[in-house]
Amino acid sequence: MIKFIEGPLWYVALTVFIVGVAWRLMALLTMKRPNDLSEARLPRGGAGGALKALVQHSIPHGGNLGRTLYHFLTGYMFHIGLFILVLFAAPHVEFIQKHLIGADIGWPKLPRWAFIIAAEAAFAGLILLYVHRLTDPVKKQLSDIDDHLGVWLTFIVMLTGCLALQEAHAGLRAFHMLSVEALLIYLPFSRLIHAFTFAFARARTGATYGRRGFTP
Amino acid sequence: MTAQPGEIAPDERPVNVKAAIDKMEALLGGHMAAYLDACVHCGQCAQACHFHEATQNPRYTPALKLQPMTRVYRRNMAPFSGLRKALGMAPEITEADLRDWEPLIFDTCTMCGRCTIVCPMAIDIASVVAATRQAFVAAGLGPPDLLQAADNARDKGSPLGVTPEVLEDRVEWLADDNEVEIALDKDKADVLLTVSSIEMMKYPDSVVAMAKLLNGAGVDWTLSSKGYEATNFGVLSGKGDVARIMVERIAAGAEAVGAKTVVVPECGHAYGVLRWSGANLLGRELPFEVLHITEYLAALKRQGKLKFKPYDAQAVTYHDPCQISRRGGATADARYLLEGFATDFREMTPTGNYNWCCGGGGGVQAMGSAADVRHEVFRIKMAQVEATGAPALVSACANCRLTMDESKKALAWDKELLSIVELLADNLDNPASDTPATD
Repeated sequence: MIKFIEGPLWYVALTVFIVGVAWRLMALLTMKRPNDLSEARLPRGGAGGALKALVQHSIPHGGNLGRTLYHFLTGYMFHIGLFILVLFAAPHVEFIQKHLIGADIGWPKLPRWAFIIAAEAAFAGLILLYVHRLTDPVKKQLSDIDDHLGVWLTFIVMLTGCLALQEAHAGLRAFHMLSVEALLIYLPFSRLIHAFTFAFARARTGATYGRRGFTP
Repeated sequence: MTAQPGEIAPDERPVNVKAAIDKMEALLGGHMAAYLDACVHCGQCAQACHFHEATQNPRYTPALKLQPMTRVYRRNMAPFSGLRKALGMAPEITEADLRDWEPLIFDTCTMCGRCTIVCPMAIDIASVVAATRQAFVAAGLGPPDLLQAADNARDKGSPLGVTPEVLEDRVEWLADDNEVEIALDKDKADVLLTVSSIEMMKYPDSVVAMAKLLNGAGVDWTLSSKGYEATNFGVLSGKGDVARIMVERIAAGAEAVGAKTVVVPECGHAYGVLRWSGANLLGRELPFEVLHITEYLAALKRQGKLKFKPYDAQAVTYHDPCQISRRGGATADARYLLEGFATDFREMTPTGNYNWCCGGGGGVQAMGSAADVRHEVFRIKMAQVEATGAPALVSACANCRLTMDESKKALAWDKELLSIVELLADNLDNPASDTPATD
């Protein structure tokens, strides 16, 4: 069973993830889009606006920091913590070397103390964001099953990852792998696709309004 | 909403759900799908929306206004839509859904674009709302008074009944009454001036002021009975055919006189539509440049053709019309005009591209059903102005002005509302300022 989870099922999940994400992004790129015939205020305003929006929307701007501080802090705690764990946790680096790129290529692995800090930040961020989703009247009205599933799947992946850290029990590692595979399969069909589509949305708005003279 | 005698009550209107779906599918392109695929339901947009902030009603959250398009996209167009349908995860929209969403799409969105600034994904919700309005109209929905305004524009030439004959009468009356030349239907002119029927019927001094300023600068300009109405209720109401007709009329007027420049009066959406959507509605590049009156007057001031006596009667602050500043990119010119003129000019917080909407943009001004919530929204503007300590608020949009005038009256507010062109014309310091250029 463990061999199946770490072998064929892993490659199936990875394939679904890659093909699914590629399909969704290709669909966005190949859908019709209107040609803007208006005369731009700034000659290269569109390209500049797209780049500006890509960067600018990573941080609150326009006097909105105070109003969005909770999201800003918890969102960054979760995302940065998660990315550090995914890319630099020692078992992840070793797994990627073993299954994808070979032992010749590698990068620094997180020491244990750094793993703990990153994990705590990611957990705290995710939990605080979710508490807000459950209690804030605006978010409660917006949320649907996809929002909850995405959070729970991510939480289970992180939790099982921490449990598997000691590698004391092969079953725990398999459980972590299984939850990761579930997340990979779920992502292309869900709102978690924002991990890729955020760039499309930001660039589109930036290009549209950059040529008008103000990138929102 | 209360129906007028002989009118079908709004909730008894037949609704063609399929027509709405077909329209949304026709309008949904990659640009919009990117937005729908990116929203993570974080709800931050609520904090940038005046309707939510004034009422604290979560129903007014801008992201909720993406729902109609999102539902159609996920069920019929997005990748894996067949799978979603098979699993029952993408229900078809219903008549009840459309009726439920109608106030969100019309009454409580001024398409001001403030939510885009705060959105981590930069989703342009206003543009999605504009497209969604077209689908609702195709289904037979939409506020009757807004739709009537669009029909008036198509059938009579303007939403407030300014036909070419009425235009001629009003121009003659204003010219005589104010002893100013107002050129109408000259054979040739460098500049075609357009007007808003709100100005023509409710704030005619604004038309006189524009004439005085253009005459004072020696501009070769004219109004044209072929294309005079700057407002575009076709866009605001979601009636695409009317939107195109209104732009075609202005283009015909400009081309008839050989105008190189079309000047849009004090009207935010009129500027936004003609400047940034006019060519797209027409299907070809515009053979003239489009400038808002503040842009054009600023250019004349830079060229030394306009001079003003300093205005020191009172402190003033400036309200940025959303479609001119944030969504139009012409934020700086009104300030350039006020610079060195209004001796005690005070900015609001926030201001410029981040300013709060007046509450009446996007056609909301014309919706009787939205009046109460609009007045609540205006309290934000009142607080902004009061924080500056200025007793007067200047703006460059007749629609904002009408919205604010109505709310000022409803809330018994004591501040003064001024038009920037009227203020400038009253303090024009050019010799022979009433003399128009001759052909």
